[in-house]
Amino acid sequence: MTTRVDDVLRLGDDALIAAQRLGSWYASSPEMEEDVALANIGLDQLGAARLLLTYAGTLEGAGAPEGAGRDEDALAYLRSPEEFRNCRLVERPEPDFGHVIAKLLFLSAFQLPLYIALRSGADEQLAAIGAKACKESAYHLDHSSLWTVRLGDGTAVSHDRMQAAVDTLWPYVDELFAGGVAGLSFESLRPTWESTVDGVLASATLRRPAVGAASPDESRDELVALLAEMQELHRAHPGARW
Amino acid sequence: MTAVRDVVAAVVDPELRVVTIDELGILRDVAEESGRITVTITPTYTGCPAMDVIRSDIRRALAAAGHPESEVVTVLSPAWTTDWISPAGRDKLARAGVAPPGPAHVVPLTLAVRCTHCGSPDTSQISRFGSTACKALWRCGACSEPFDAMKAL
Repeated sequence: MTTRVDDVLRLGDDALIAAQRLGSWYASSPEMEEDVALANIGLDQLGAARLLLTYAGTLEGAGAPEGAGRDEDALAYLRSPEEFRNCRLVERPEPDFGHVIAKLLFLSAFQLPLYIALRSGADEQLAAIGAKACKESAYHLDHSSLWTVRLGDGTAVSHDRMQAAVDTLWPYVDELFAGGVAGLSFESLRPTWESTVDGVLASATLRRPAVGAASPDESRDELVALLAEMQELHRAHPGARW
Repeated sequence: MTAVRDVVAAVVDPELRVVTIDELGILRDVAEESGRITVTITPTYTGCPAMDVIRSDIRRALAAAGHPESEVVTVLSPAWTTDWISPAGRDKLARAGVAPPGPAHVVPLTLAVRCTHCGSPDTSQISRFGSTACKALWRCGACSEPFDAMKAL
């Protein structure tokens, strides 16, 4: 069984785009402790992204002429939006804090069973990354679950805004389970995801939306804008260092 | 080899400056082949920004000890756990005002974290994310002071 570059990029890009979105909340969240929390979670996502992109570059270079495999920086900063493999959930805009939390809940409820499955999978490098990242994902899921309950089961206003965030992002959930990596089908993670998320939504007195998946033809303007900002410095000053 | 290992083991963590990388449990191996030193370390958190500093600190310490040829290799597996922090490391953390972590393999939240200022077990977590990736923010109910506690991982 071989591990495909694109499948590893999917996971690395999910983590990278999530990290970029989380980082943009620094100094804008509801309280100071939350600024620190979101920055730390973003840092964890960035750490996983770096490991996954580095591994994708190694796979890309295997068996190819010298220098054919790109490094993490080339993959993060020099690919065009069409070459990114992330699911659309992570790139969706976050007009308020409820969206940040709903997105983190949906994402970490996927990443935790994903990394646990990779930990005992056949691909050794993915197993090492999974064993490391799953411990951090457990904190992300815990954090987003607590906030979902606090806001959903909070005031009338916080309830409505949390419900609106869940409703807005729900159409992008289905895409989490498309594809797979190294013999693991992401669809197999859906039952765990559903039982986790259903439990949190119920505790939060939130309604599970009954809406279909987003159209695959929707514009990717949000990703284009995100990458334009994220890649600007590297493209203007290739190889720049702090 | 003992001398070389001692040089590497004495490098301090840049974010928890009271403990060495050896006490923190992230130093895995020091090997020498034809005068070239290979040091193997493992990250605490995947995104820990201190890793780059630790790598350069190790190479600088080795160069200062007369070993200019060195390489620092990072391994992920087996994944680091706070259980690898040595008893000496835990004591130093506590004395520096960072409550050491409970065991990683039991439910950590059931264990009382003692206040690093007054020692009271009457404490509560303010935020599970603190000043660095590895710490959470706590407050003491007895003396009202906030303090950092290292998260069990």
